[in-house]
Amino acid sequence: MSSVTMDKAAPTRPVKYGSMSRDRTWALRWSYFFLTLFAVFSLLPPIYMLITSLKSSAEISAATNPWWVFHPTLDNYVGLLTSNQFLRFFWNSALVSIFVVTITMLISVPAAFALARMRFWGSATLATGVFLTYLIPDSLLFIPLFKVFALFGDWTGIQLINRWYVLLFIYPTLTVPFCTWIMIGYFASIPKELDEAAIIDGASWFQTLTRIFIPVALPGIIAATIFAFTVSWAQFLYPLVFTTSTDQLVLPVGIITTLIKGDVFNWGQIMTGALLGAAPPLIIYAFLMDYYIAGLTAGATKG
Amino acid sequence: MADVSLRKVIKRYDDVEAVRGIDLEISDHEFIVLVGPSGCGKSTTLRMIAGLEDITDGDIMIGGDVVNDVPPKDRDIAMVFQNYALYPHMTVAENMSFGLRLKHYPKAEIKARVTEAARLLDITDLIDRKPKQLSGGQRQRVAMGRAIVRNPKVFLFDEPLSNLDAKLRVQMRIEIKKVHQKVRTTTVYVTHDQVEAMTLADRVVVMNKGRIEQIGTPNELYHKPETRFVAGFIGSPAMNFIPCRLEDAGGTLQIRLTDRIAFALPPARAARYNALPRTDKLLLGIRPEHLTEAHAHLGPGVETFDTVLDVTEPMGMETLVYFGLDGTPICGRVDPNAGAKDGAPMRLAMDLNNMHLLNEASGVVL
Repeated sequence: MSSVTMDKAAPTRPVKYGSMSRDRTWALRWSYFFLTLFAVFSLLPPIYMLITSLKSSAEISAATNPWWVFHPTLDNYVGLLTSNQFLRFFWNSALVSIFVVTITMLISVPAAFALARMRFWGSATLATGVFLTYLIPDSLLFIPLFKVFALFGDWTGIQLINRWYVLLFIYPTLTVPFCTWIMIGYFASIPKELDEAAIIDGASWFQTLTRIFIPVALPGIIAATIFAFTVSWAQFLYPLVFTTSTDQLVLPVGIITTLIKGDVFNWGQIMTGALLGAAPPLIIYAFLMDYYIAGLTAGATKG
Repeated sequence: MADVSLRKVIKRYDDVEAVRGIDLEISDHEFIVLVGPSGCGKSTTLRMIAGLEDITDGDIMIGGDVVNDVPPKDRDIAMVFQNYALYPHMTVAENMSFGLRLKHYPKAEIKARVTEAARLLDITDLIDRKPKQLSGGQRQRVAMGRAIVRNPKVFLFDEPLSNLDAKLRVQMRIEIKKVHQKVRTTTVYVTHDQVEAMTLADRVVVMNKGRIEQIGTPNELYHKPETRFVAGFIGSPAMNFIPCRLEDAGGTLQIRLTDRIAFALPPARAARYNALPRTDKLLLGIRPEHLTEAHAHLGPGVETFDTVLDVTEPMGMETLVYFGLDGTPICGRVDPNAGAKDGAPMRLAMDLNNMHLLNEASGVVL
């Protein structure tokens, strides 16, 4: 454009004003640079865990290069996978997570439906309130909650503390508010006419929920399910406080309490246990990744 | 099938009155169109008939029963929405049969009804598809099919064609009319498009600001509007309104438009308007088709005047001409061969046999 008005005598070189392709190339380069940096940063710990899990205790404590395995061994894996105790932790974790996910969905799907669609007095405030409860950190809640369950045990004689199933009452305080919030956003993005059509077709509120909303909002529900599963699988503070007997422990606490004896850290098995513990969420993520992203974005943009 | 009555129906949202006491009697088999600008309360009225909105006051009756507190599913109505509102995870057949399945109809009857409705709407081939695999027109047919299979007392349509392109809208309009001729179900249809209203309706209900302006057949509304709103809303291009006053000149009543233009009224009109005070501020309402090029032989009641055209719009079968009379913009319709050109002078004829006279202040047609 400016080359036209330039002095004829001046060398006429086509001026490139930040061409699209050049901007794009640089944007790509920068994004690859930062993505690589981030990937290295976040992958280093698991790689270190993997390397260490393949070493014997002697090699771990030897002053050799920590990033290389000189004598690879599967002893740590064999040891853990044949230990009844470790399998018990795994089993407890699985039970807790499956039950918590079920309880969470049974509560938060109808709750989100009611808050998103049944315009009752104070529903908007209630929806915000539900989310605010999620913002209270568990480190603030565990002592009062412990007192509550201790008192409950004193009054009723039903002892919940130091039973794995006490976690089924506690984890939903974390998962229900967040899952409800995600699904309020998702349900709100479903056009109002859809439930009006269902109501005119003769559906009750419950039928509208089960036959229209749940199938249509399935990506959002799956996203919420993954979240609830991750939270209950990885929770550390609550099980540490509420369960003590080894047969009642879940995986994260079990690894720490049984593989650290006094000041002896059984690093090889700790790393192996952590790796094995990270496997189930990883597998679930891999299978449901597309749904998870669809769910999060739908909730984010239209909620 | 049933008749529908609205008696002094009012809808109030907090302190806003969306519907201000409307009375409407819809007889069995009738096709009624509610038409008006956005915010006139037509959709609210429809949703109150459907039961999707509570009514603040008054009574709604379907088939003689007051249904004020009857939930939508027990009113035996079917509704077609503007955005189709098809269930995205169900096939066409499942969408259409959803209501029947909820009511536990026998499978054979459901299949028979769906097949019959699909045949009627010409969507038999699409029966196993999902809504996202359908075009807009096909989706609208499915939405109608979902209403038809229920065999309800009343069909309610809420701007069903607004999401379609112009060509498809004309096509679907005819389809809807055909379907109504076959099933004869009482129908209440809401639209903001006056062409749709005129072409579909047995009777049109023109609404404005929460009230009914006029109820009548399309022809009545077009030729005998009762208010300025109806006169201006029905018809495209819209009716011209020209400020004027009546005056007596040599024993005849004449209407003065500008200092230089005044026409003697035809005898029938003169008799009708003679009693009016000469001082009233009036509006002459004249449709563009009654403002044409001047011919050599003019019939009685047709008066000519000279003007300079501002803009012309050749439409093919006619040419629309725009000009001003003392600052009032006016539209006329002339023959494409009449030689109308932008900025050119032209002699036009006004057919006063088809004029309307309105009171400017009240907007009432006199």
